[in-house]
Formats: sequence, structure tokens, C-alpha cells
Amino acid sequence: MSVEVWTYIIVGVTFAGYIWIGYQNRVRDTKGFYVAGQGVPAIANGAATAADWMSAASFISMAGLISAMGYDGTIYLMGWTGGYVLLTLLLAPYLRKFGKYTVPDFVGDRYYSQTARTVAAIAAIFVSFTYVAGQMRGVGIVFSRFLGLSITGGVIVGMVIVAFFAVLGGMKGITWTQVAQYSVLIVAYLVPAIALSVVLTGNPIPQLAFTFSDVVPKLHTLQTDLGLGSYLYSNRATIDVFAITLALMAGTAGLPHVIVRFYTVPNVRAARFSGGWALLFIGLLYTTAPSLAVFAKYNLISTFENQPLAEVRNLSWVQSWEKTGLLAFDDKNGDGILTMTKGDANEVKIDNDIIVLSTPEVAGLAGPVIALVAAGGLAAALSTASGLLLVISSSLSHDIYYRVLKPGAPESERLIVGRSVILGAILIAGYFGINPPGFVAEVVAFAFGLACASFFPIIILGIFDKRTNSQGAIAGMIVGLTFTAVMILMMRSVQLLGTAEPILPSFIGITAQGIGTVGMILNFVITFAVSRMTEAPPQDIQDMVESVRIPRGAGAAIVK
Amino acid sequence: MSDQDQTLKPEQAQAYWKANVRLITILLVIWALVSYGGGILFAPVLNNLYFGSLPMGFWFAQQGSMYIFIILIFVYAYLMDKTDKEFGVEE
Repeated sequence: MSVEVWTYIIVGVTFAGYIWIGYQNRVRDTKGFYVAGQGVPAIANGAATAADWMSAASFISMAGLISAMGYDGTIYLMGWTGGYVLLTLLLAPYLRKFGKYTVPDFVGDRYYSQTARTVAAIAAIFVSFTYVAGQMRGVGIVFSRFLGLSITGGVIVGMVIVAFFAVLGGMKGITWTQVAQYSVLIVAYLVPAIALSVVLTGNPIPQLAFTFSDVVPKLHTLQTDLGLGSYLYSNRATIDVFAITLALMAGTAGLPHVIVRFYTVPNVRAARFSGGWALLFIGLLYTTAPSLAVFAKYNLISTFENQPLAEVRNLSWVQSWEKTGLLAFDDKNGDGILTMTKGDANEVKIDNDIIVLSTPEVAGLAGPVIALVAAGGLAAALSTASGLLLVISSSLSHDIYYRVLKPGAPESERLIVGRSVILGAILIAGYFGINPPGFVAEVVAFAFGLACASFFPIIILGIFDKRTNSQGAIAGMIVGLTFTAVMILMMRSVQLLGTAEPILPSFIGITAQGIGTVGMILNFVITFAVSRMTEAPPQDIQDMVESVRIPRGAGAAIVK
Repeated sequence: MSDQDQTLKPEQAQAYWKANVRLITILLVIWALVSYGGGILFAPVLNNLYFGSLPMGFWFAQQGSMYIFIILIFVYAYLMDKTDKEFGVEE
């Protein structure tokens, strides 16, 4: 059977499975719809969190980015795992005890302010939109490569499927679908990584092969010789690496679609343990990614560098990737031999996104494995998209429509509003999927910067500092968000505003991806200072803070 | 939601919270040392040492710190579980 047939079969079977699970777990009440009835076991929530949060960027783009960046790829590895320590120690248990539906629910109640609730809801929507665009792009790439559609066609197919999931699921359906999607994506990631590891080093455990074989030093030497830059050491300013890592960590802990997963478990104890399970499941992929990056890149360089172009073009996987435009050759000096180097003389253009997707073919694995990787990429994109769309929908239909605009609205009406919102959101996300502002992972990185500059400080202070009040939180959130958004806009003005040069290349050495760290510090300082200069929060709010610090009673917390 | 937890006297609640904050502080110091220390700030120095075939700073940045993150969370969940029982606030 051909690869295309295998892909149709495996993608078809997994999709049918997700739809069946989603249908089995469909819900009609808002508690089921928003927080899965708060009955998800810790380990299942860990797997769902891992799938929710490991996006198309993690699955498709990350290993490619690391392979291009070498040591500097660390910002993604540590940045997208370290945040779970912050989340589990500083946020999740208390938010679970609080026990409502959304992040704006906590912000609105803790800061006894409809303004705070509205600002939080708008921030949640903005962050989730930024993030969901990256998922659509990922879906488009997978469909275009494996099922022969254009990227635009792939994005449209993805939009239709994601719309179906988001409307069908509700949080309960989404949760159990995500558990299945985690299983698909982790198997799809590990099988080619293990195979490539065996081919190159004879060691079946990629993490050990990465550490103990000589492939990493060999790649480092090869890269340095070809003028492609160092692999083992940093090519960036330390302050930038530091700021980006911190922005991604705090951003992870501040992302509404990740936080909201911890509302779905039965009690505080389960919230803590599911943080551990989530990071264990995530860590399986994240500790494999750097090995995959190195093995795949080493393999690609050996295949192309100094080889005759005609011979390279005979490889069938080269032909199919050339068609997508993600792999391109240009024999500039006309000698028929490929040269890889930095700058104008380079004759091979490899898009980072193909590192993971092409691995099974490059390693000579059979059709079913290639098809499995396609299914894994789709599982990663779809599970994250459905979680994000639920946040967009709950922010608008629950936080803004129900809690602010029309407190008496009946459930059926709120669900209709939520579903219309999802459809609109998918169309907008699809547009950005077709016209992306950067690499998939970089688009996603902006969402992290904005999340870390808005939610993270005020939720932490809301729990750990009773004195933090409404005025402080609103001021902090607005300043953090505005500063970060304006900075990103100026630093990425070439892509976002169409200027010839960035209006501002960096801020004290920190680039767009790390600027959220500065926004976060501003938010912390302003929230703290303004709170101290204005009156203390009312007694019942201070009592509420005391109450979220004590685990007992979470199971009984009734949502009013 | 806003009513006080009746099962715990205020000074016990304070002691429980203090124990929690102390544990969090210790674990976050380790968290910062392995990631921002081992993986970034001290990486150039650590790179003079080797773990397997990798410079130590590089290994911390791309492997070691992640293993320690996972351990830190489970240690927190386990120890807080014990603290909850000590103070009688478990569920």
C-alpha cells in the first residue's frame, strides 16, 4: 500500500476514535461543558493537559527549531517545561480550591470588579487567538504534505474538523479526546526517534544516545566546519536567553487553557499530582526532541552536503518534500554538487518544520510509521485547538456575556452564544494560519509573552498577598499587557505592520519573545505598589483568600 | 466560598500556610539553580566539565533541568499530602 493510503486509513481511524469518544462524553449542563463536571482523575488530567498544551508547535516545529538553533533551542525546552513547576506550586491547587469555571472568574471574584473580569476575559481571548493560529498552520502543513492538498486547502479542512470537535465536545468530551490524542501523538513522536537513534548509534533510548554517543560533538564539528554556527554553545545574548526562558515559563503558568485544566479534577490533592503527571508526559516528548533534532540534522547534512544534486533528487522523499516548497535546492555555482553553508552561497533550503515530519522517510521506515506521524501532528494540533477554542468560547459566553452583560441569561442561550463564538474564532484563526506572521513556534511564543505579562502576576499576588486589591490588579494587568503588546508590535513591525525595518530591534538586549518578562516585572511592581497606595480589599475577599489556601472543602465547592 | 474554613483555628491555618510557603521556597530555589543557573548563567563554566559526551552546561540546558523539574513537582505533591494530613485539612 502507498503512504497516502496508509495516511488516509490511520488519520481516518484516529479521527473516528476522537469523534466517538467526544460523542460518548457529550454534555448538556454548563458545569460539564466548562469544567467536565470536576470528576477527571489526576493521571487522566495529566495526559489531557499534556495533549492540550503540546501543540502543533511542540510536535512539528520544536525539534526543527532546536536543530537550527543548537544550544539556544534550550529556551523552548526549559521554557515550555519549567512553567509546570510554577503552575503546580504557585497556582493550580488554590485555583482548584476556588473552584469556578474560568481564569476571569477568579480574577473577577478575587478583585471584586467587573472591569478586572472584563480585562481578564479580553486578555484570555487575545492570548488564545494568537495561539490557535499556530495550530491551524500546523494542521495545514500536515494535510498539504501527507494528503496532497495545498496549505490553504489543508487549513480549511483543519478548520472544519476543529469546528466539529469544539462544538461537539464541551470540556468533558475534549478531556477524554485529549487523553486519546496524547497516546497517538507520543507514540508517533517516539517511534521514529527511536528508529533513527538505533540507525545512527545502535542505542534504542534517544535520551541516552543523545548524552553518551558521539553524534552531538560530530554535528557540532560538522556545523562549525561548514560555517553553520556553533551547536553546543550559545549564539545569543545571555540576557535574551534568560528573558525568553522566563517569559515562556511564566507564560505557560499563565495560559488560560492550561490553568483551566486544573479546574476539572476532584480536589486539591489531584490538582498537585496531575501537575506532576502532566510534566512527566510532556517530558517524554521534550527530552526526546533534542535527540531527534541532532539525529535528523546530522542525517540531512550527510545526505545533502557535497552530494550530486541529480542523485539527491532521485530520493523519493526529497521529491515529495520539494513539491511542498519546504525543501528547496538551488545549484547557484552550477557545479551539480550541493553546498551547505551560511549566507548567499548556501544551495539547500530546509524549512525547520520538516525535521520531524520527514524523519520516518529519511530513516527508511515503512508507510504506516509515516502515516502515524501525520496522525500525531494532527492530534497535537487538534487537541490544543479544541482547548483554546473552549477558552475563547467560555470567556465570551460565560465571563463577558453571562457574568457581565446579561447575568440572567438561560443556559441554552449561553451555549448558543458560545458556539457562534467558536465558529467566528475558527475563521479568524484560519486566516492567520494561511497568512502566518512567522514560524509556528514563534507565533505561539507571542501568546506566552502576553500571558506572562497579564495573568501570571495578578493570580499569584491574589493568592499569596491578601493586601493586593482591585485597583492594583487592573493597573498592573493593563500596563503589563500594553507594554508587551506595543513592544512586540514594534519589534515585529516588519511582519505585523509592513515596515521596511523593525521600529525597535530590541529592548536592553531582549527580543520580542522575551519581552513578556519585562512586562511581567512591570505588572508585579505596579500591582504591588498601587495596592499599597489604595485601601485594602474588603474583609470577605480576604476571607476568600484564606479559604483558597486550605485544601479541605474543594470537593464540596458548589459553583453558584 | 467566602465563609471561613471552620475546621481550622486561625493560628493553625497560619502555621499550615507557613509550612507550605517554606516548602515552595526551597523547591523554587532548586528550580532556579538548575535552569537559570546550570542551564544558562553558569553554563559557560560548567561546559568545561563533561557528562557523557556532552559539555555539562549543555546537558543541564537540554536534559538535566527537565528531569529535575518533574521530580520537584512530585516531591511537592507528596510532601504537601503529608502536611495536609498533619494539619487535618486533607480530603
